[in-house]
Amino acid sequence: MALDLTTDIKITWCAGCPNSQILVAFRQAVEEFVSAGSIEIHNIVAGAGVGCHGKISDYLEINTFNSLHGRIVPSLTGIKLANPKLTVVGFSGDGDSFSEGFSHITHAARSNSDISIFLHNNQVFALTTGQATATSPKGFKGGTMPEGSINEPINPALIMLAMGATFIARTFASDIKRTKEIMKEAMLHKGFAFVEIIQPCITFFDTREYYKERVYWLDEKHKKGNLDCAFKVARMKTADKVPCGIIYQTFKPTFEELV
Amino acid sequence: MTDSNTTSNGIKTIAIGGAAGDGAREAGINFSELLNELGYKTFSSFDYPSLIRGGHNFARISYSIEPVYADYKELDVLVAVNAESVLVHQHSLKEGARVFVEEAYLSEVKDLGIDLIPLPMKKIAEELKAPQVARTSSAFGAYGYTLGIPLNQLKMLADKVYANVGSEMNVALVEKGYNHVKKLGVPQDVCDIPTEHGEIGEVMDGNKAIAKGFLAAGLEAYVGYPMTPSTSTLQFLAKMAKKTGLKVVHPEDEIAVLNMALGMSYAGKRTAVGTANGGFALMQETFSLAGVSEIPIAIMVAMRMGPATGVATHTSQGDLQFILHAGHGEFPRLVIAPGDVEECFECAADALNLAWKYQLPAVILSDKHLSESYKSVTLDTKSKGPDFGKRAVPVGSHYVRYKITEDGISPLAFPGKANVVVKATSYEHNEEGEAVEDKADVQTMQDKRFRKLNGLYQDFAWFPTVKTYGDEWSDVVIVFWGSTKGAMLEARKQLKSPAKLVQVLWMEPFDADRIKAELSGARVIIDVEANHTAQLAALIREKTSIEIHNKVLKYDAQPFTPTQLAEEINKFI
Ligand SMILES: Cc1ncc(C[n+]2csc(CCOP(=O)(O)OP(=O)(O)O)c2C)c(N)n1
Ligand code: SF4
Ligand SMILES: [Mg+2]
Repeated sequence: MALDLTTDIKITWCAGCPNSQILVAFRQAVEEFVSAGSIEIHNIVAGAGVGCHGKISDYLEINTFNSLHGRIVPSLTGIKLANPKLTVVGFSGDGDSFSEGFSHITHAARSNSDISIFLHNNQVFALTTGQATATSPKGFKGGTMPEGSINEPINPALIMLAMGATFIARTFASDIKRTKEIMKEAMLHKGFAFVEIIQPCITFFDTREYYKERVYWLDEKHKKGNLDCAFKVARMKTADKVPCGIIYQTFKPTFEELV
Repeated sequence: MTDSNTTSNGIKTIAIGGAAGDGAREAGINFSELLNELGYKTFSSFDYPSLIRGGHNFARISYSIEPVYADYKELDVLVAVNAESVLVHQHSLKEGARVFVEEAYLSEVKDLGIDLIPLPMKKIAEELKAPQVARTSSAFGAYGYTLGIPLNQLKMLADKVYANVGSEMNVALVEKGYNHVKKLGVPQDVCDIPTEHGEIGEVMDGNKAIAKGFLAAGLEAYVGYPMTPSTSTLQFLAKMAKKTGLKVVHPEDEIAVLNMALGMSYAGKRTAVGTANGGFALMQETFSLAGVSEIPIAIMVAMRMGPATGVATHTSQGDLQFILHAGHGEFPRLVIAPGDVEECFECAADALNLAWKYQLPAVILSDKHLSESYKSVTLDTKSKGPDFGKRAVPVGSHYVRYKITEDGISPLAFPGKANVVVKATSYEHNEEGEAVEDKADVQTMQDKRFRKLNGLYQDFAWFPTVKTYGDEWSDVVIVFWGSTKGAMLEARKQLKSPAKLVQVLWMEPFDADRIKAELSGARVIIDVEANHTAQLAALIREKTSIEIHNKVLKYDAQPFTPTQLAEEINKFI
């Protein structure tokens, strides 16, 4: 029987929103795991925060936990701790984990909780109609900062590296195939896996063209096991180049093993 | 010198005072355990400022052959590790009280006109190369001598009491102290050590009893962040985690605490959290998430004096209305307030069980005076077993997490089960657990959740929602809740006229019919609470329309003491 991961709920993302591509990538990743017999469908739990990204939980016919704005990460750690045989992933937003819930994602990285976080980074509070988040570029004009954001943006990958995450990747939502592959790698990774998904918000901050021109994929020359190389690549998110792929991967005991 | 009739009911009180770091608290527990081993019933409280060194700390133990529910202010014995202890407690000494004072400070207090027994605690410790925190052990020996206990028996008891801190050195200190006062010719009491006593239980505080209650009800995980007066529950459970497989976590903050705990419950583990009122304030939004997502969770909230950081290590009952209204939005909850150590155990077990039976957040509301005071208890640990609630039957049909049912309880399943999809959410939702905004759906799901209260109303018959004591027929009725129970039961012995005492345990849902029955026909009703705004009286008025005019309120961050409480109540009767 073919796996049907859809629900009866009508998708309410804007037509053409890259969130749909993330949804497709994740469904494909799950389908591939299930058909290969490597993960059973009932052993997957997908958490979500609150924002446009969080709607994804309604569109997935699997176990889900749609938390509060900013609070999904500790719940996922709790789920994994309660039942280690579950594969636990979470969909979060840049507002959701780098503005409101910043302490949770940093501590989960630090403790190497065995969960995967997929960050829909659209550099904007989309669901609340366009305000600057902690990842918005300086000067971003949103409803709450009409003269432009005065802060430098946070670089999520760099923070995650500094906090000790053991798997860090960046991907571009429109590349569904690569996003799916990276999601699978993250889910198979034992330890805290962080995937920043560049997800332009076509309604409040359309960066599609910007990223299309700048995204490039890391090749085998990148030593993902080397922390210095990883820092170099993570820092390289400059005006002209945005490296994507697996930036860093290492292994150490997980939080759930140690508790 | 105070004179009171407390000796007439056979209760004696001993205080041990010193600077923070002098070990007054540990000594208090040791003395309580000694008395407990002798067959006395004890109650001890601890007063300490929010600092690590210096300040004035004291432990106060009241004991008797009969159960004791609160410590008295009036002292039969004082062990003063520093001079300040004598100054602080000199006006609380009963006629003929024994005052053991650290010999090094004798000169500072010798002109107060108090009979003093010098005890070189510091020197004895130095002689035996014992650390100074252990110096009160020689007072333990001195005190044991005055009780008329033969040295050999005292050494045996000390061996037991000090078993987990190294008994050999402490027993040596005990012996030195014993012989010192013997040599001074201090008179011994006529030995009134109970020869016949019931089972010798243990000396336990409310926080440990709450932990034991959770464990009895099948606790599998506990999450907390240190905050007085809730910390010792977390530390007690953390200590046993390795041996028992219990999952105990101390994450980054209280917001993480409750969210992590809900994740564990969602995945099927019976989980509790513990915090103080300030930590619970941080949990508000997540408390509401527990309500809407119907994830079972038991929450211990131990009050200290607020607002904000408040009086960090002192007691208050100032958060009843906060807990009753905690979290945004409307959802059913359970709030139980135990009044003594035994009730801490029972109510914690009930809270965890009922959280799972009804899939809602259940709060057990304590305070500093209850959480950190010790009492001689024998817990009936077999009386409370786990209640797992309504579980999903093995499903051939499509499972929905929030099935609309007559009793409002939807069968519970956890992720990891084949053919089952479990969707929990913070949004208002349909049966599947998907967000809805349709007005009929919104209303239907709320009605379902609130129907669970009907089951709890039925449960009133099986749980101690309200307890009464004293002269049940009296038209003088005193209502109170929480840790005030202790002082109230003791104060009763000093009331001018008979009175019925009514303790409210279940705050939400509220057993209004029972309260109405208990209060109707009363000539005088008196409300006793350790807060400024008479929050229980407000609740009673809200639920029963009965207005209580006579109030004894205490909000100086100190618990009621029996004699003073009786004096206040006597003004109304
Ligand atoms: C405690 C709290 N504060 C604010 C909000 C309002 N809110 C809902 S979504 C959102 C922003 C979401 O931004 P992001 O996480 O980046 O998600 P996106 O919509 O961009 O996917 C905010 C501020 C909320 N739901 N809860
Ligand atoms: S507002 Fe932006 S993020 Fe939200 S659905 Fe529309 S395009 Fe997507
Ligand atoms: Mg965003």
